[in-house]
Amino acid sequence: MAGLELLSDQGYRVDGRRAGELRKIQARMGVFAQADGSAYIEQGNTKALAVVYGPHEIRGSRARALPDRALVNCQYSSATFSTGERKRRPHGDRKSCEMGLQLRQTFEAAILTQLHPRSQIDIYVQVLQADGGTYAACVNAATLAVLDAGIPMRDFVCACSAGFVDNTALADLSHVEEAAGGPQLALALLPASGQIALLEMDARLHEDHLEQVLEAAARAARDVHTLLDRVVRQHVREASILLGD
Amino acid sequence: MLKSKTFLKKTRAGGVMKIVREHYLRDDIGCGAPGCAACDGAHEGPVLEPQPVDPASSLCPQPHYLLPDTNVLLHQIDVLEDPAIRNVIVLQTVLQEVRNRSAPVYKRIRDVTNNQEKHFYTFTNEHHRETYVEQEQGENANDRNDRAIRVAAKWYNEHLKKMSAENHLQVIFITNDKKNKEKAIEEGIPAFTCEEYVKSLTANPELIDRLACLSEEGNEIESGRIIFSEHLPLSKLQQGIKSGTYLQGTFRASRENYLEATVWVHGDPEEDKEIILQGLKNLNRAVHEDIVAVELLPKNQWVAPSSVVLHDEGQNEDDVEKEEERERTLKTAINEKMLKPTGRVVGIIKRNWRPYCGMLSKSDIKESRRHLFTPADRRIPRIRIETRQASALEGRRIIVAIDGWPRNSRYPNGHFVKNLGDVGDKETETEVLLLEHDVPHQPFSQAVLSFLPKMPWSITEKDMKNREDLRHLCVCSVDPPGCTDIDDALHCRELENGNVEVGVHIADVSHFIRPGNALDQESARRGTTVYLCEKRIDMVPELLSSNLCSLRCNVDRLAFSCIWEMNHNAEILKVRFTKSAINSKASLTYAEAQMRIDSAAMNDDITTSLRGLNKLAKILKKRRIEKGALTLSSPEVRFHMDSETHDPIDLQTKELRETNSMVEEFMLLANISVAKKIHEEFSEHALLRKHPAPPPSNYEILVKAAKSKNLEIKTDTAKSLADSLDRADSRTFPYVNTLLRILATRCMMQAVYFCSGMDNDFHHYGLASPIYTHFTSPIRRYADIIVHRLLAVAIGADCTYPELTDKHKLADLCKNLNFRHKMAQYAQRASVAFHTQLFFKSKGIVSEEGYILFVRKNAIVVLIPKYGLEGTVFFEEKDKPKPRLIYDDEIPSLKIEDTVFHIFDKVKVKIMLDSSNLQHQKIRMSLVEPQIPGISISADNPNMDIDEPERKKKKREK
Repeated sequence: MAGLELLSDQGYRVDGRRAGELRKIQARMGVFAQADGSAYIEQGNTKALAVVYGPHEIRGSRARALPDRALVNCQYSSATFSTGERKRRPHGDRKSCEMGLQLRQTFEAAILTQLHPRSQIDIYVQVLQADGGTYAACVNAATLAVLDAGIPMRDFVCACSAGFVDNTALADLSHVEEAAGGPQLALALLPASGQIALLEMDARLHEDHLEQVLEAAARAARDVHTLLDRVVRQHVREASILLGD
Repeated sequence: MLKSKTFLKKTRAGGVMKIVREHYLRDDIGCGAPGCAACDGAHEGPVLEPQPVDPASSLCPQPHYLLPDTNVLLHQIDVLEDPAIRNVIVLQTVLQEVRNRSAPVYKRIRDVTNNQEKHFYTFTNEHHRETYVEQEQGENANDRNDRAIRVAAKWYNEHLKKMSAENHLQVIFITNDKKNKEKAIEEGIPAFTCEEYVKSLTANPELIDRLACLSEEGNEIESGRIIFSEHLPLSKLQQGIKSGTYLQGTFRASRENYLEATVWVHGDPEEDKEIILQGLKNLNRAVHEDIVAVELLPKNQWVAPSSVVLHDEGQNEDDVEKEEERERTLKTAINEKMLKPTGRVVGIIKRNWRPYCGMLSKSDIKESRRHLFTPADRRIPRIRIETRQASALEGRRIIVAIDGWPRNSRYPNGHFVKNLGDVGDKETETEVLLLEHDVPHQPFSQAVLSFLPKMPWSITEKDMKNREDLRHLCVCSVDPPGCTDIDDALHCRELENGNVEVGVHIADVSHFIRPGNALDQESARRGTTVYLCEKRIDMVPELLSSNLCSLRCNVDRLAFSCIWEMNHNAEILKVRFTKSAINSKASLTYAEAQMRIDSAAMNDDITTSLRGLNKLAKILKKRRIEKGALTLSSPEVRFHMDSETHDPIDLQTKELRETNSMVEEFMLLANISVAKKIHEEFSEHALLRKHPAPPPSNYEILVKAAKSKNLEIKTDTAKSLADSLDRADSRTFPYVNTLLRILATRCMMQAVYFCSGMDNDFHHYGLASPIYTHFTSPIRRYADIIVHRLLAVAIGADCTYPELTDKHKLADLCKNLNFRHKMAQYAQRASVAFHTQLFFKSKGIVSEEGYILFVRKNAIVVLIPKYGLEGTVFFEEKDKPKPRLIYDDEIPSLKIEDTVFHIFDKVKVKIMLDSSNLQHQKIRMSLVEPQIPGISISADNPNMDIDEPERKKKKREK
């Protein structure tokens, strides 16, 4: 048996997308009433839920409070039923800690934390179904949730992954493509300024190809921005109708 | 433009896994027909012709495209590759199935698709909105795929009708499956079997022979008697292998006896064993090199390997009884100790069939269309083929592919693939030896050629990035005469500080061959350029090998340079590697270079440079020999060709000049320096070359042979071997030294490529170097290209890629390269042998003096230095009374009647061409001196007819 052909001669990927195309994205804001902000996103088969509380007073030890800005606390978890095999994932395992830290870095760069000194912002993200690009889905969901909570941000944070197969950069990898073992890059972008909030890659890729892959990821992240922007505008329109102005 | 749809797939891999994958359906996939308004410009690459006119088919006179199903593609690829078949739509469903089932066919179909003239179009039907079908309840994957193919065919017909109602473009569905065809016709799709369609092509009747005959209905004319037992299904075999009832191994047919074979069981080293199979029924339709499952027979049925030579001569199908009789003759010498594990084939795990070369044995019945084909390789059974051009194919070398081997057939069924040409014709024989040694020699495909640089080519600014300009240096190349692929050039100049700068410049092939593209893959597959007597099978396309990469004089070329700073004692002070651009000032031959060095009148830059190099090379060589490098010898010959007929008219042993060793010395130095550098940078994945020290037992024959001539050879180290070889000289017999060196060469092990991370012994025995690699001939060896890439990464001149630093991939590559090198060597030898035959054919019978190289139990091996020819003189022949033979293993010597033969004895032999077997012509030697009554023949035998089989009788009468 030959392995999967990730990119056919005709330029189609396993699921029928072309190299630079995203998976279908659907998102909703304000899914929970109790939380200050919440959002749900589907990127293909990857589904994530984000909830935001805050800014509020520091909970727990007061010593953690920062004098000049707000503390961003991020927690990541994934549901037992999120992958093909049902698996209990305890809180605080290496993977979710790492993901939490990455999310925190990302949002500390985007949220105007200096506006809320000595306070705390909690972002909880849960992945309901994982099919590649979990980090990107988490960031995108959290962005919407933070917006929903009305916390001031510099810009949207839009994330997307990219890979590299047969000298071509592929945007928004699915699980099959990730599992094939090529290089894989995750990028969180502030689209308006083009600033990078987070860039991560854990495989080897030659420097000369990096630009190409980075470009593909950035283009995809801008596409994500267009979609998220549309979702936010739609949500605001609906909300304003309900308010009756 | 994106329509999405998710669907579920369940697969069982051990446990139950639910896999959810997305599957996007699109509406922007083009149909591939130009001028189609509906999908205008949506397709790219090679497309179909707007008006396919040429294949004049009597079944479908209108212009049409073909749409084959998976089995047609898999089995009739020979037909599809024919230039007469064009305008074919290959569905993605079909392509994927082919990819999963046969990698070689997949590769061939990709090559065809890339060929613009064939107009093959790949339609991504699985992602097209209108042609995607979902698997229905109770429908298996095969049926779904068949339906998907039919749906696509139907869609195409409707789509094309929309496009041009007036010119009636049709898509014809080709399938060999009866049910599928019926269903297609019901749905209104014009469908034919492959056979029907090909037969209707009135303009190309020869295509019929290339059809593979595997249809069930075709072969039932055979007597219904079942000869072989059934092969077990794969699942049962795997179960059996796991539980140990069956053993898995590679089937190796015997060259001597068609009723016998061995199965080499792989497994743990201590479990490695061979199982003997005897008799047609136990062989059960396995063909040489198949992977089979065997069952051991009970001990009382074990047999001993027979020493009988049996060749399959039966023309008739029905003499199975006779076979059984023959089988009984095998089981003669029953000696308990001789018995070996014996078994029978219960099933085939993997067929390793390839197209075979050979000749047609025409059927006795004149009108018959079924004929037997005899492969050149004796280990392959004869194959039954169906052809109407038997008389045209008689006496020709042809290629035949096996299609299948039904249970009721004595021989496998196959089909004719290609006519190579007349037997004995030089080109045909060259083709045969290339095919038989698995040397890839087809012209480069379009896909490969597309990666060549566009002409006219010149060095651009971009090329000069990371590259040093060395065009001002006085560089020259020294090569054999007529060499067009010059891959190395040298320079040498005095530096201001009194030291010498020496540079070796190697063609920068890796600049043109980028990792991973089709050109790279093809070169990696070929592995090496193969040099035959009058032909060169290039590893890279000619544009590169003889032009852009060849470091010819007075043109700018890209190179990879290795530059040393040395003192006048040839001690390396500094070494540096750089990519460069050079401009060679002269391309010299060895003789020309030698002449320049020797003639006192010449004092130009090139000559002084050469003299400097020569001086250093002598010091280097001396030092290398002191370290224990071996100087070995092998009788190498060159043929002088007639300029018009290209027949060999004379032979000449290769001459060695000082300049040969000068170039060689610097190449060795460069290789060693590069090996050190890449191993330093990439300790885990450097591609190196090692030459293991041979086990002491290998030298036995050499020591014994020397002792018989009162000489002593020490073999404990390479150094002592080299020294004792130098000392071994006899005043009365000057040629003995060369003979000893030839023998020593035979004792050596093969040098091999390996990946440094997979081995820890790097020593190169022959060169007495702790580390070695190949860097200096990237035009003709793929290993050098990899080494170039590694070195380029090490010095930061080029970028890396994942495969380069994957040691398992590298180990696989080494395996292929070692195999290709071995095969190339065999092919070269076979080519020399064939030309020797041609030479002796024109020369008639000659008597020559030679030396005994080996003594065997019933023969002596004789080397004739004049021709570099080696041959065996047999003393036992089938229909002759056996002479008294006494073999002594200790000395070694052979006593025949009253004459004793020792190694290195001088004999006189008669050489002639034995063409009693058309397919395997060979050089035959017989003894002339010393005279032994009844064995030797007289030197001037006037009425010897070499082509007459009765020869032996005549000899006896004398």
